[in-house]
Amino acid sequence: MGCNRIQLENVPDTDAVSSCLAAQYPELKQMKYKIAVDQTVIHHNKILTDGMTVAVMPPFSGG
Amino acid sequence: MAIKNEARYQRQIRLKDFGRSGQQKLAKAKVLVIGAGGLGCPALLYLAAAGIGTLGIIDHDIVELSNLHRQTLYTVSDIGRLKADCAAEKLAQLNPDINIIPYPLQLGTQNAALLISKYDLVIDGSDNFPTRYMVNDACVLLNIPLIYGALSENEGQVSVFNVPDEYGTKVNYRDVFPNPPQEGEVLNCAEAGILGFLPGIIGTMQAGEAIKLLSGIGEPLVNKMMIYSGYTNQSYQVKLIPADDADQTSPADLDAFLHMDYKWFCGIKGTTGAVQELDAQEFRKLAKDSAYSVLDVREPGESPEAVGFPFRKVPLSAIRRQIPALDEQKIILFCQSGVRSIIAGEILLDAYPGKEFYSLKGGILRLS
Repeated sequence: MGCNRIQLENVPDTDAVSSCLAAQYPELKQMKYKIAVDQTVIHHNKILTDGMTVAVMPPFSGG
Repeated sequence: MAIKNEARYQRQIRLKDFGRSGQQKLAKAKVLVIGAGGLGCPALLYLAAAGIGTLGIIDHDIVELSNLHRQTLYTVSDIGRLKADCAAEKLAQLNPDINIIPYPLQLGTQNAALLISKYDLVIDGSDNFPTRYMVNDACVLLNIPLIYGALSENEGQVSVFNVPDEYGTKVNYRDVFPNPPQEGEVLNCAEAGILGFLPGIIGTMQAGEAIKLLSGIGEPLVNKMMIYSGYTNQSYQVKLIPADDADQTSPADLDAFLHMDYKWFCGIKGTTGAVQELDAQEFRKLAKDSAYSVLDVREPGESPEAVGFPFRKVPLSAIRRQIPALDEQKIILFCQSGVRSIIAGEILLDAYPGKEFYSLKGGILRLS
């Protein structure tokens, strides 16, 4: 999360990224995070091609 | 318009693109800062120093010793005083030429729209989701620019909402996070911890975004969110786009806003009272009583580790996933600050209505 990076293979779309992350990091399953693809927020599932960067943005509350 | 004590601003007036006209724009501006805490303190400091004409400060809280490592407007002698009053006093010493208005009150739907409507721009330095959604919605309905800033452990987020870009497109908090997390799902600074310099950076950036926006210089983070890591110094910018109209969850008008229950919206149920809270003294006594078992509902790796009584670790996230088997009849729950243990207690009580659940008030922090 945040500025940590991991490489994922065989993920055809952003929904697949979410499932893949949920399997690796179970605590993400319950988190309402936003996804950005190549530095643009998405609101729906998006098809991915090689080399795309998917960012996971969790909500922060601290002040 | 003449600028009072212009020499004070001489260095920023000297900046070519800012100049005297930039200074005059700041002098005319009215900025409301919500929360005079980790983000609010540095934001207020730089806004007051820069010569924002009118600066409103909302905070209902009092200064505590545990605030001082990051809330740099306050000193030891301020402990126990209202933050809004205290901050206003310090800022008036820094810049007596501006108008500073403290509001030592709790912001709610009944007063938020009226207060916010008196200002040109709002800075969100609050520390909880209900306030963040409420402030966002009020700013959307009143069409007032909102400088968002938020923290979690070693990272911060900054963005500028409700300001149209060159195509007239604008976004707000709900376009990024339409559905609030459940209570206890995202930890606040009291629970997760924070190094003082990070709110210093993020709050200062919020002041910077406000100053750029008001004076019309540079490129404020309009329709962009910046995520900054205090540990690596890496920053990442994400372009924000409006959500589909059909997915909008915000109140339609100010009347609907007045009737919103933001705590309920953010999954904070009024505690039913069925999970009884224990103070530190009662907790110490009962934790050693074999009739009671103790559960630590914090996530793995949270410190300090509990010592001096037997307990099991069952994180709240695990309880949410699957109700654990509990053989014992009387169960005491604790977490870091006493928020998550109540939530865990309410969930478990739903599953085991015949058992008794207790929660350590104030969490493990009260035991030391």
